[in-house]
Amino acid sequence: MMSTYYAGLLADVGILLLGALSVYIILATGQLSLGNAGFMGIGAYLTSYLTVTMGVPLTLALVIAAAASGAIGVIIGFPALRLRGIYLAMATLGFGEMVRSFFLNFDAMGGAGGFHGMRHVSLGYIWTWAAAILLLVAILEHSQIWLELRAVRDDETAAALVGLDTTTIKVGAFGFAAAVAAIAGGLFAHHHVYIEPGNFSFERSIDFVLAVILGGSTVGAGALVGALLLVMLPEHLRFLADWRFAVFGGLLIAMLLVRRQGILDRSLFRFFEFRRSA
Amino acid sequence: MLLQQLVNGLTLGAVYTLIALSFSLVMGILGVLNLAIAELFMLGGYFGFAAILAKLPLPVALLAGMAGAALVAAVIERVGYQPFRDAPVVTPMLSTLGFSIILQNVATNIWGSDPLQLPDEVFGARFTLGPVSASAMQLTIVGATVVLVALLAFVVQRTALGRALRAVAENRDVARLLGVSAGPLTLLAFMLSGALAGAAGVLIGLHYAAITPYIGVEIGLKAIAVMVVGGTGRIWGALIAGPLIGVAEVMTTAYGGSQIRDFVVYGLMIVILLLRPQGLLGGARTEQGPRV
Amino acid sequence: MTGKQQPRLEAAGITKMFGGIRALNDISLEVLPKQIVGIIGPNGAGKTTTFNVITGAYRPSTGEVRLDGKAVTAEPSHLIARAGISRTFQNIRLFGDMTVWEHLLVAQPHSDFTLRRLLPTRWADPQAFRRAEEILEFLKLADVKDRIARSLPYGIQRRVEIARAISARPKLLLLDEPVAGMNHDEADDIRRLILTLRDSGLSILLIDHDMAFVMNLCDYLYVLDFGVMIAQGRPDQIRSNPVVLDAYLGHAT
Repeated sequence: MMSTYYAGLLADVGILLLGALSVYIILATGQLSLGNAGFMGIGAYLTSYLTVTMGVPLTLALVIAAAASGAIGVIIGFPALRLRGIYLAMATLGFGEMVRSFFLNFDAMGGAGGFHGMRHVSLGYIWTWAAAILLLVAILEHSQIWLELRAVRDDETAAALVGLDTTTIKVGAFGFAAAVAAIAGGLFAHHHVYIEPGNFSFERSIDFVLAVILGGSTVGAGALVGALLLVMLPEHLRFLADWRFAVFGGLLIAMLLVRRQGILDRSLFRFFEFRRSA
Repeated sequence: MLLQQLVNGLTLGAVYTLIALSFSLVMGILGVLNLAIAELFMLGGYFGFAAILAKLPLPVALLAGMAGAALVAAVIERVGYQPFRDAPVVTPMLSTLGFSIILQNVATNIWGSDPLQLPDEVFGARFTLGPVSASAMQLTIVGATVVLVALLAFVVQRTALGRALRAVAENRDVARLLGVSAGPLTLLAFMLSGALAGAAGVLIGLHYAAITPYIGVEIGLKAIAVMVVGGTGRIWGALIAGPLIGVAEVMTTAYGGSQIRDFVVYGLMIVILLLRPQGLLGGARTEQGPRV
Repeated sequence: MTGKQQPRLEAAGITKMFGGIRALNDISLEVLPKQIVGIIGPNGAGKTTTFNVITGAYRPSTGEVRLDGKAVTAEPSHLIARAGISRTFQNIRLFGDMTVWEHLLVAQPHSDFTLRRLLPTRWADPQAFRRAEEILEFLKLADVKDRIARSLPYGIQRRVEIARAISARPKLLLLDEPVAGMNHDEADDIRRLILTLRDSGLSILLIDHDMAFVMNLCDYLYVLDFGVMIAQGRPDQIRSNPVVLDAYLGHAT
C-alpha cells in the first residue's frame, strides 16, 4: 500500500513530466521557452473556473483548457517566428511574467489571494494523462512530422527548400506545447486544490527546463527521467534537503559540460533498437 | 506630488540602469544572456550589507559589493562561459542559469530566507527643495549611479581596453584577426558586468533598507526587460530605458494599481523585441537577409 | 534554342539590388525539359544569387521566374520546392544529427493535413518508405543508410544532399558546385549521376568552376560576370567566345 506521502510525490512527478514535455516539444524545433509556466497558469485557472464555477466535468474541462491554451500558443507562435535563440527565450520569459501579473490582478478569481474549491483528483487520474501524453509524444517521435521538426531545428533554409512548411511546423509545435502545459496546470490545480499566481512563476518554467536538460533533451523519455530526478532525488538524499537546488544547479552545469544532450539520448535508443532486431 | 513621484522613479530607474548595463555589457559584447547577473546583484547587496553592518563607510560597502560580485562573475566566466563559447547561444545561457540556481540556494542557506534589515539610523536624513523631498539615500543612489556610469563610459570609450572590447563587440572574428585576444577580454567583460550588478545590489539594499535572497529574480528579470527596451546590441540604451521604466513603474503604482506595472513592463519588452529589436532609440536594423 | 518547346524553367529580366549594389542585372535564362544547363563565371559574378532568386530565398527587384510557364517569383521557398524545384548548396547543408535514411524520408512529399504525418511513417506511409529505399539504391547509399550523414566523407555527403533533393521529387534540380573539392574519380561519379538523373526525366541547372567538367556535361551554358550575362551558347560556342576568354583571363591575372 502506497503512503499518501509517496502518492503526493508521484503526482508531482506526473505534473512536472507534462510541463517538461511542453518545453521538450518546443526545444525539438530548436527554440528554448522560458515561459511555459504561463501556459500552465492559463490551464490551471481555466480548468478550475470550468469545474468550480461552471460545474463542467474535469476531463472535459481539461480538454477545453488545452484547446484554448493551444490556440493562445498558436497566436503567440506567429510573432515568435521572428525571434530566435536568446531573443525568443527573453520574449517567452516576458510572456510568462505577463500571465502571472495578469492573474495577480484578476480579482474575479481571487487575484493575489488565490482560488480554491477544486475537487482533489487521484494519482491514477494524473498519471493516466501523463502516460497518455508521453505515449503520444513517443509515437509522434517516429512520425514524419517529428523528422520535419528536427529538420527545421537543424537548418530552416534547407528544410524549406525540400518543401517543408517551416512556419506551420514551428507554430504547430508551439500550440501543441501550450496545450500540454495547460493540462499540467489543470492537473496541478486539482491536485493541490488551491492555486495562486505565484505557482506559475519564472521558477516553475525553470523547473521544466531543468527536467528536460538533465533527463535528455533529444528524446521525450528524457523528460520522465528528469522529472523523476528532480522530485525523487531530494527525497532519497535527505542530507540534500537544504542544498538540493545548489546540487541541481551544479548537475545542470556538469551535464552541459560532459553530456550536453542529457542522461537519455537518441543514440541510446538506437542502440536498443539495434539489439532488438539483431 | 508628480515631481515627488519623478524623484522616486528616477531612484528606482538608476538601479535598473546599472543592472541593465550589466546585462548588456555581456550581451552586447559576447551575445550571451548571463542569467546569473540577477544573483550577482543579490550577492552584491548582501556583501554591501555585511560591510555596512560592520560599521564600514558607504563607499567601502559599495566597493565590497562590486568586488565580491566581480569575483563570482569571474568564476562564472571560467566555468560557465569559456567551455561553451563555441556552442549554440542557448547553452551558455543554461549554464549561467545553473549558477543562478546555485547562488540563490547558497544565499538562502547562509543568510536565511527572511529579509535582512538595515538599522534605521543609517541614512535617515532628508533634503527638501520646495515641494520635493529626497532622502539622503535617494541622492546617494542617483549620485553613485552617475559616477559609476561615467566611469564605465570612460573605460569603454577612452581606454585601449575599451577599444578592444568594442572591437570584439563589433565583430569577434575580425577582432581575432587583428590580434585582439578574446580570452582575457571576455573575463574582463564578465567582471565589469559583475561589478555593476554588485553595485546595483548595494544600492537597492539601501533603497529598501532590506534584502532577501529572492530580490535577484524579481528585479533581475525586470532589468532584462530594461535592457531589451534600451536595445540588446547597444550598451548605452539602458541609460534611457532605465529611468524611463523606473519612472513609468512608480507612476503606474501611484496612479494605476500597483500590479499592472509588471504586465506593462513585460508587454513593452515583447513589443520591442518584435518590432524594434535594436531598441527604442536604436539606429537602422542591421539584420541581413537569409544567407544561403 | 528555338522556343517551340515549353521551357521547364524561365527566368526573365531578373535584376536584384542589394542596397545600391546591382548584384544581378537583367538576367534571362531558360532550361528545357531533360536539359543540363550550366552557369559559369568568376567568383562574385552572381551565380549563387541567381539560384537564391529562383528558389525564393531572395525577392528579385524586377523580373519573373516561371516553372512550366507558371510564375513562381518570390513565392515562399517551400511552395517553390513543392512546385518542383530542388537544390543543393555550395557548402553542403545536411541536417545535424539525422541519418542518411532520415534525410531521404523527411524530404518525401506529403500533403499538409493528414494523419499520415502524425503516425509512425513505417506503418502510415509505406509508399514513402519504398520511394526512399529506391533512391537509397539508386544513389548507392544503402551501405551508409543508418550513419549520421554529417559524419560521412565529403564525397558521400554530396551524394546524400543530392539524394535529399531528388527525394522531394523535383522537375528541376539546381546544383551549386556539385564537384567542388572533389578528386577526378569522385567528380566523374557525380557527372555520370547527373547524366542518369537527366535520362530519368529531370532538368538540371548547375553552377561550377571546373571548366572541363561543365564543358563535358552541359547542353547549354550561360556566362555571368559582375551580375551581367556576357555570353550564352553551346559549350563549343562558349569555348571560342572572345568575351568569355577575356573575362576569365582578365580575372585570372
